[in-house]
Order: sequence, then C-alpha cells, then structure tokens
Amino acid sequence: MIPTSYFIILSAILFTLGAIGVLVRRNAIVIFMAIELMLNAANLAFVAFARQFGAENGQVLVFFVMTVAAAEVAIGLALIVAIFRNKQSINIDDLHELKG
Amino acid sequence: MTDFQTIDLLAILPEIALTALGVLVLVLDVTWRGKIRQQLGVVTAVGLFAIAALTAVFTYPAESQLLYGGMMRHDLLAFVMRLIFLVAAGFTALLSVDVDNLGRRGEYYAVLIAAVIGMNLMAASADLIMLYLALETTSISAYILAGFLFNEERSAEAGMKYFLFGAVTSTVMLFGFSLLFGFAGTTNLYQIGTTIQANSLAITVIAVLVLVGVGFKLAVFPFHFWSPDVYEGAPTPVTAFISTASKAAGFAVLLRVFLIAFDGTNLQSASNWLPLLTSIAVVTTSLGNLVALTQKNIKRLLAYSSIAHAGYALMAFTAIQSAPVQAEAVAAVVYYLVTYVLTNLTAFGVIILVAKNVGSDDVAAFAGLNKRSAGLSLAMLVAFLSLGGIPPLAGFVGKFFIFMALVKANLLWLAIVLAVNSLIALYYYLLVLNVVYNRPVAEGATEIQVSAPYRVALTALCVGVVVFGVIIAPFYDPITRIFDLVK
Repeated sequence: MIPTSYFIILSAILFTLGAIGVLVRRNAIVIFMAIELMLNAANLAFVAFARQFGAENGQVLVFFVMTVAAAEVAIGLALIVAIFRNKQSINIDDLHELKG
Repeated sequence: MTDFQTIDLLAILPEIALTALGVLVLVLDVTWRGKIRQQLGVVTAVGLFAIAALTAVFTYPAESQLLYGGMMRHDLLAFVMRLIFLVAAGFTALLSVDVDNLGRRGEYYAVLIAAVIGMNLMAASADLIMLYLALETTSISAYILAGFLFNEERSAEAGMKYFLFGAVTSTVMLFGFSLLFGFAGTTNLYQIGTTIQANSLAITVIAVLVLVGVGFKLAVFPFHFWSPDVYEGAPTPVTAFISTASKAAGFAVLLRVFLIAFDGTNLQSASNWLPLLTSIAVVTTSLGNLVALTQKNIKRLLAYSSIAHAGYALMAFTAIQSAPVQAEAVAAVVYYLVTYVLTNLTAFGVIILVAKNVGSDDVAAFAGLNKRSAGLSLAMLVAFLSLGGIPPLAGFVGKFFIFMALVKANLLWLAIVLAVNSLIALYYYLLVLNVVYNRPVAEGATEIQVSAPYRVALTALCVGVVVFGVIIAPFYDPITRIFDLVK
C-alpha cells in the first residue's frame, strides 16, 4: 500500500501550484482553473486521510466539495460573462472602476 | 440511533421556515405583476421578522446538545446568532424596497433568504462538512447579491472581486480542514477538540489556514482588501447586509471553531494561535481607522470603519487567555456584534436614501442634510455617535464591555490601543456629522422623501440602538452563559 504521506506531499505540491497560479495569472478563467487545482489538492488530502483512518466522512466530504465547486464555477462564469459584456476583457487588472 | 424527536425539528425550525418563505417569495414573484412587486421586500421583511419571533419563542435551547449525528449543535450561541442574522436580513429587505434598479426582485429576496439559511447553519454547525457547506451557501449567495446589478460595471466588478477573494480563501480554509481531519481522524469539531494536542507547530499552521477563510468573512487584516471595493460597488442594501450579518456569521464560526476545535478554553492549546489573533486584531483596528480618515466616499469610509470594528470584536475575543474572564470575553464579542449590526444598518439606511436622492455616495452629498430631512439627519446622528462610542447609545456599551474584559484579563496595553483607536474613529465620524449639520445645502437640493418601509426600519433601528445602550442587563446577562453552554 502506498503510504499516506506520499499522497499528502502530492496534495501539498498541487495546492502550492494552484496558489502560485492564482497569484501570477491575470486571466480570470485561468485563475478559476488554479482555484480548482487547490480544491482538488484538498480533496486528495481528505481521501487519503479517510483511507488511512477507515473513516467514510472524509470521502463523503469530497462529494460535497465537488458539488460546491460546480456551483461556484457557475456563479464565477456568470460574473465573467457580465464583466466581459461591460469591458470586452476578462483580465483582472482591468477591474479598476472601484478604488480610493 | 434514537428515534426522531421533537427537538430534531425544533433545532432546524428557522431554516425550514426560511425555505418556505423563499419559495413563497419566488411564487409571488411569478404571480404578481406591475407596481405591487415592489412589496415583495415588505413580504420578505415581515416573513423574516415573523421567523425571528418564532425562533425566539420556540427554539430556546433548554440544554445544549449535538443533533443529526453530530452535524449540528443546538445551543445558546446558535440561538442568539440566528436572531441577529434574521433581524439584520429583515431590515436589509425593508431597506431594499425602493432600490429601483433591482430588476428581478423575487430572485434578489430569495437569494437573500438563502444567505440567511447559510448563516444560521454556520452558527449551528458542529462538523467540518456542515461548516464548509454552510459557509459556501452564505458566500455563493453573497457573491450573487454583490454582483446583482450586473449591467452596471461597478456592481459586476464588486461581485467578481468578492468572488475571487472568497473562492481562494475558502479553498485555503478547506485545505486547513483536510489537515485538521488528518490530525484528528474525525470531522466533528467537538471530537477534534479532544484529540488535538496542545502546543504543536502543526496546529498553529492549521489554525492559520482556517483563519484565512474566517478572516475573509470578518474582513480583518490581511484579508480585508476586497471589502472597500465590494462595499462601494455592491447595491447599498447588500453592502449593509455583508458588513453586518455576514461579519457576525464569521464571528459565530470563529467562536465555535477556535473555542471548540482548537480548544481555546484550554490556555495551553490557545497559546498556539492567540498571539497571532491578538496581532491581527491590533493591526486591523489601527489600519482600518487610519485609512478611514482619508476617505471621501461614505461607503468606503464605512468599509474601513467596519474593518476597524471587526478588530475591536477580535480584541475582545483575545481576552479568553485569562481563564476567569473567558465567559465575559465571549459575551463582549456577542454584545458588540449586536450593537454594531444595529448601528451599521441604521447608517446604511440613511445612505441608501440620500444616495437615491442625490445620485452620489460622496460624503459631500450629505451637506446640510438636517435642512433637507430632519428625521434622516437625526438617524445619522444616532448611528455615527453610536459607531463612535458615545453614551447612552449601544456602541458605547459594546466598547465598554470589551474594555472591561481586556482590563480584567490584564491586557492593559490592548485596552489602551482600543481607547486610542476609538478617539481616532470618533474624529472621522464627527467630520461626517459636521458635513451633515454645518455645511450649506447644495444648490437645487430638495427635501428627501422617506417612504413607509424606510421610516419603519430607521425608527426601529434607532430605537434599537438606544435600547441596547440603556437597558443592558436583560440582554447581557443571558449571553454571559454562551461560553459555558458552547462547551
């Protein structure tokens, strides 16, 4: 059996990659993809720990996280469409109407 | 597994009623045509206040218990917090009635009700699964509300910024949850609290990750960057809602997660994360107040002021490091939230009316408000003096309890930080009041009409601000028991 620590290290790497993506990318859709990567890193950790403990609730949580992620993407894409209609751009650096 | 009992239903009675209200609003939205649809806000508000009354009468928890297989906790903290959310949402609905450009009113109120369901469950959840779902229910609803006027560039931008910050911070928190699960082997907050060890670096790291998500909800430094932009761009009633109820929901989670899962009642385990919370509180308050000094837009000014207010409440929470003061510290947080929610809703109520009349959110738009509407300027006076902490208004009592908790916990330096910050804050609140009362009225300005829902809401809120500043014991005494009952 592959030790749980391997999964957690992989999960930490995925999470870091996602976090870097969020910080350096400027395209809103690519930022979404990076957020999904971070979510899946958390999912991987949950599943790995759930297998180690033989506890189902960690696995159940993953299903809920997927559902939430889908709902979040729906809202996010709707907002991107609204922004694109107003600005013809989804670069988040162009979001500078509001400042003070 | 025991049989299904009445208590199981009572514990989620508010949420059942809210779901029914949401469905009712959507049905009325389809059947009502024309001008009468504006009354949807009144229906929602009446429904929310009725549910608040129902909650107050029928769901008082006789004993604290875990329900639904440990998913939910039926206790005084959840009870009090639910009342705060329901009342705040009721006033928000009343204050939305005259906002013209809310095209699809039914959806707006339905999403508002969904956000309240999420908040109620945030306050009651006792399991990581439930907590995450409740948080996301609230957050996703709030993103929709912030970007609700999607044809306006500013509202869409506010929604987008809120969404991006919220999605990233909640994901970081979820990663923290996964590690917490890995450490404890269970997702139940109460079991986690008994299994994690005191004094470990790993617990500190996990606490930081969880704090990212909670800090976003509270809008405390360094997770506050979204709030001025979102407050400015979102429809003003939504700003009022996000700055009050959503912040209070964040504190409900903070209290339960840090007291129970991170075992804050045990001073040794609390030492893992308390220094961090203390420094965040100090920086948040000072930064919020200093930046607020330079703001010209009233919504941004209140955004920074509300960042500072979250810092005050966080300061009160840090007083749990002294064992005899723990109950008082928690009570101070909750009482402060009540006073802050009432006061800020009043302030935003006035802003909605003035901005609708003048078409601008600048502080300058308030020039000579006392000549244009005596009632509104009085409400403004009550709200801003209460925010500034002037007796006999609620804001003073809230600050007083925090001050007392800090002094009793021997945190004199924090009490001094609080006092200095209150003075700075009072300065910019008085600057606004100076514009309201001493500046000449702009050319061509007319008297401001206040329609019935707004008159009712503002009167009730002002009365609330005074009542919570004068009649204190009947409200304060019960909430001092929250700490003992949450354990």
